[in-house]
Amino acid sequence: MTDAVINTGAMAFRADGSNGARKGVQVNRLDGGLINGARKLGFSFDGKRYEGHEGDTLASALLANGVRLMGRSFKYHRPRGPLTSGSEEPNALVELRSGGRQEPNTRATVAELYDGLEANSQNRWPSLQHDFMAINDRFSNFLTAGFYYKTFMWPAAFWEKLYEPIIRKAAGLGSISFEDDPDAYDKGFLHCDLLVIGAGPTGLMAALTAGRAGAQVIIADEDFLLGGRLNAETFGIGDLAGSAWVEQAQAELVSMPNVRVMPRTTIIGAFDHGIYGAVERTADHVLAPEAGKPRQILWRIYSKRAMLAAGATERPIAFENNDRPGVMLAGAVRAYANRWAVTPDQTVAVFTNNDDGHRTAADLIAKGVKVTAVVDTRADAPAVEGAELFAGAQVIDTKGRLGLEWARVRLANGTTRDVPCGALAVSGGWNPNVHLTCHQRGRPAWREDIAAFVPAGDLPQNLSVAGAANGDFSTAAALRTGAEGAIAALSELGIEAKAGDLPKAEDAPVNVTPFWYVKEGKGRAWLDQQNDVTVKDVKLAHQENFRSVEHLKRYTTLGMATDQGKTSNMGGLAVMAELAGKQIPEVGTTMFRPPYTPVSFGVMAGRSVGEEFRPTRKTPSHKWAEEQGAEFVEVGQWLRAQWFPKSGETHWRQSVDREVLQTRNSVGICDVTTLGKIDVQGKDAAAFLNKLYANAFAKLAVGKVRYGLMLREDGIAYDDGTAARFAEDHFVVTTTTANAVLVYRNMEFARQCLFPDMDVQLISTTEAWAQFAVAGPNSRKLLQKVVDSEFDISNEAFPFMGCGEVTVAGGCRARLFRISFSGELAYEIAVPTRYGDAMIRKLMEAGEEFGAVPYGTEALGVMRIEKGHAAGNELNGTTSALNLGMGRMVSKKKDCIGNTLSEREGMNREDALKLVGFKPVDSSATVYAGAHLMNADGEVSAATDQGYITSAAYSPVLESSIGIGFLKNGDARKGEVIRAVNPLEGHETQVEVVSAHFVDPEGERLRG
Amino acid sequence: MIINHPILGPRDSQEFTYLGDAALIDRPDWQAEDAADQFHDYLYLRDNPAGAHRELWFHEQGDRSWLVVTRNTVTHEILNVELARDAARARGRSK
Amino acid sequence: MGKFDNHGLKAVTPLGGFEPRVDAFTGLLIREVSDCALASLAARQGDEDVLQSAAKSFLGGSLPEAAAWNEHGDFAAWWMGPDLWMVSAPHDEHELLAAALKEAVGDAGSVVEQTDGWCRLDMEGSRCFDVLERLCNANVRAGKPGDATRTSMEHLGVFLLCREPGQRYSIIGPRSSAASLHHALVTAVNAVI
Repeated sequence: MTDAVINTGAMAFRADGSNGARKGVQVNRLDGGLINGARKLGFSFDGKRYEGHEGDTLASALLANGVRLMGRSFKYHRPRGPLTSGSEEPNALVELRSGGRQEPNTRATVAELYDGLEANSQNRWPSLQHDFMAINDRFSNFLTAGFYYKTFMWPAAFWEKLYEPIIRKAAGLGSISFEDDPDAYDKGFLHCDLLVIGAGPTGLMAALTAGRAGAQVIIADEDFLLGGRLNAETFGIGDLAGSAWVEQAQAELVSMPNVRVMPRTTIIGAFDHGIYGAVERTADHVLAPEAGKPRQILWRIYSKRAMLAAGATERPIAFENNDRPGVMLAGAVRAYANRWAVTPDQTVAVFTNNDDGHRTAADLIAKGVKVTAVVDTRADAPAVEGAELFAGAQVIDTKGRLGLEWARVRLANGTTRDVPCGALAVSGGWNPNVHLTCHQRGRPAWREDIAAFVPAGDLPQNLSVAGAANGDFSTAAALRTGAEGAIAALSELGIEAKAGDLPKAEDAPVNVTPFWYVKEGKGRAWLDQQNDVTVKDVKLAHQENFRSVEHLKRYTTLGMATDQGKTSNMGGLAVMAELAGKQIPEVGTTMFRPPYTPVSFGVMAGRSVGEEFRPTRKTPSHKWAEEQGAEFVEVGQWLRAQWFPKSGETHWRQSVDREVLQTRNSVGICDVTTLGKIDVQGKDAAAFLNKLYANAFAKLAVGKVRYGLMLREDGIAYDDGTAARFAEDHFVVTTTTANAVLVYRNMEFARQCLFPDMDVQLISTTEAWAQFAVAGPNSRKLLQKVVDSEFDISNEAFPFMGCGEVTVAGGCRARLFRISFSGELAYEIAVPTRYGDAMIRKLMEAGEEFGAVPYGTEALGVMRIEKGHAAGNELNGTTSALNLGMGRMVSKKKDCIGNTLSEREGMNREDALKLVGFKPVDSSATVYAGAHLMNADGEVSAATDQGYITSAAYSPVLESSIGIGFLKNGDARKGEVIRAVNPLEGHETQVEVVSAHFVDPEGERLRG
Repeated sequence: MIINHPILGPRDSQEFTYLGDAALIDRPDWQAEDAADQFHDYLYLRDNPAGAHRELWFHEQGDRSWLVVTRNTVTHEILNVELARDAARARGRSK
Repeated sequence: MGKFDNHGLKAVTPLGGFEPRVDAFTGLLIREVSDCALASLAARQGDEDVLQSAAKSFLGGSLPEAAAWNEHGDFAAWWMGPDLWMVSAPHDEHELLAAALKEAVGDAGSVVEQTDGWCRLDMEGSRCFDVLERLCNANVRAGKPGDATRTSMEHLGVFLLCREPGQRYSIIGPRSSAASLHHALVTAVNAVI
């Protein structure tokens, strides 16, 4: 990858023995590990200062400092410490950072330590050590599964006022600051032949094999160090230590331009057809991102093939009080010791049902940590060197107030033994990380020999699985299946890859006897530590007949929240299976869905926040309007001037009234560029428009404009505009601002799908022309000063609904249309957009002698209501041409979209709604849009509803509030006084039914 | 999803706008005796198969072609993609 | 901005200046290009071949294939869709490009002036791949000179013309959103460089 910067830091601090850490302060720090002891990092937890090292996570650094207690549990507020060393962590959730950057529920086990890191515990008050809410633990008998459903049912009235606020306050774990996140998040797109998910031995071997073959490869891992378990184990590969082999593999991968190595990158979901979502944490490991740089990037990866090499997750065993800080997974304890040079305590015991747990004992002993006992459930457990072995034994209870002090063991002979230990390393076996294989509804299958679910059929398209994720747990198998998988995937793409010689590695068999929970004991044995779900809760759910795994999950909350049950689902299934007398595979699994681990909202939003939520479209006169102090309004993506306040005007109505009156009395100018414009050409252009518009266009003369109404196929009107004919085979049609995209799409649908042999070509020209409405009795006089004198625009030469090409300002090409939305003598003039800014200035300058005003969308709206012109409020998706008073326009002599179904009986009722106007009887009263119409007398009800008001405004011309709207049989009811009511807000106004054309009903002005 | 555009090759479905059943191509004859009934069925009656489904997609952020995409609604497998204009002609549509 | 500005109206660029805007970053340049006339050219049904040959004699070379662009002397053209192209030429000499093109193709084609419908931002420099992959889903690393891709950047539909892979591109988007497109590009550059 040419420019990719890879800096995991791994190469910088491969340590040899002594790592330079200050052991006096970091009481549980060991020798060795992959931390850089020379680089100290200061951080704080709950306000207290600590010191860790480069390469630490927050959890490893806290453990090094002797801190095991990191959180309180969700429901019972029980003290908890880390269970794991990875992203599956249920317990050690903290609030990271502060202010706008505060992030709740962050797993301390994956939070990379940096200098100045600030973390706080959550879900406790007043402090982690003394949490008053721990009182819940005393009432645990009442807070069992289904507690909410049972307890808060009655009385119903209590729910909203009492129960919900209390629950909401108690619910959740971390808190947010409610401040704006100051950081940026990016999105991006990547393409590859092979995506390798996970950079353990399997993934690295796959990436090496594919990279050497020249394929485009992406290898991603959620960790900041590549290597997976190789960093946590002591076994080597070939002649090298595991971590040294990783370093070598990484160096080779980084050197290949066709390979992109992405540490700190989680593949969060497998989507259709080889698309994967990935979150790269580019700046979570530093105090703050550099200016302009994102904190995280959400990548959309298009892969031709993908390989899941995500490894496996260890599962715990449930027993009484197995949640004390210090009780951890055995593989995690080993990882802390080997990778981070940390032990959770100086005395550790092990509880296991498989051989892998013994590795933890061996590795700790080698590091000089005292292992007080290895408790193995198997009677035939292998021997242990350096620690006492209790074969066929079980841990039945633990003690310790805020952390583990000792564990009680039931020996094979029936006696008990109390084993002192500050940490208990528990292993119940390993579950392959099958999650992504299930994102397309694939279901895993049970493999008896390893007592775990493995990926089965129905994998996402072109995804293969290798290594531990597929149940092949040994390092040798990982390397082999990684290489083989890459070769197979690439051969499907026609790329030949070679296996090469695989290095030698351990190939130990899986030796496990399933053991899920200890049956002895009356206390609580925790299955899901994040949701405080116990074995008893599952039993209760079963007893109450919530037996399907999906019901079990919802009823007990097992497997929910940030960890999605990565360490708990299996145990829950096993208990359920036993209770139901079934085998585990018969019980089945719940569905895994994206994301694999929690994803911040910020990265989902990307750059689409605040003003950049969507692109902004600016009109050609925008800069000039800003200079005039215009108020702007968003119309779709457009910013349009709403009104232009003048000094002394204190209320928007004053500005709008002035703009309306001055336009009607002299002349006003409005930027109407935002109307959609579509150029329609071709031999069949007229025939095509005949199909699209309800009214006829074939006979429109060249040089003329006609109003057109578009219907949906169901006969409902959906857009209107004008079509200007520039030549026999050339029209320019306009659409409303809001529907420009939809109309264009529908026109293309008609062109390609309905009338494929019509000769029609379409293209949008909305942006190409700056178009201004010039309206009012002086509009012609004004335009005569701007349009070059060789063009005659007198009433005779350029009558109402005329159009043509002219030049303005001494030679600038322009288009002139004589159309009117305001009802006044009016024109629209268009120039190439680059001249739009100059044109508005020119028009205003020419209009100075007439007192020309610019007007905004508010005045535009007032004038069209005064004129009774329908707009979006009237074309509201429920109204037909008949309702709009345009029933006669719909041509019966031709086929057009919507024509046939608009003839349906129900749409042509005698008492159909008709568009009319409304004037308050008391001219000081207000007419409200949205008000419903009721007869003068009688009850106000849905049954007596007569229609509704769609648009209302104060008319400065009539000096009264007015409205237009739809009234049953409205055009026969003019003069009738009815009521406009809004029972919701308590309005009732007596209104007189009038013509919708308040101003110039005969249309003399616009023809003058 | 990835739609294999007949002209442009594989493109992300994010670039497309979905309309629905490709039966919308078969717009009835307005002069038929039972035109109202035919239009009613055309507009309101849709099959909703669990399996192969011919549907209309518009390449709005691309070349503005309408496509007929045959997609398995259960698996999202895309079985066939053709230009809607060709499909419309094949079904006898003209002017 | 050219001889047709002899009238009383002064032109502004899509980004609102009297001169095109240039933004320089370490090793990368974003340049507003506002001196091109544009006209769309669509074939009439049944006249596709006539149009191709008429366009060829006018432009001095063939119209580009699907998803491609090319140039012949003053003229450049890119494919927009089936039987639809955009033709570009220097504005100073060809302000009336649409009229000239229409005259050349006659009834075989439909021509629409598009000069001021678009804004063009050229990106030049060694980090183009890294910037573009934060902006659009086009597989730019697999691209070749002459590619013309219609894609979307921060919700804006644009044409992406590859001049030299990884080094030189033209991004052509809707003029009314020029400021938003420019902002998106500059933001992406700052995120990368």
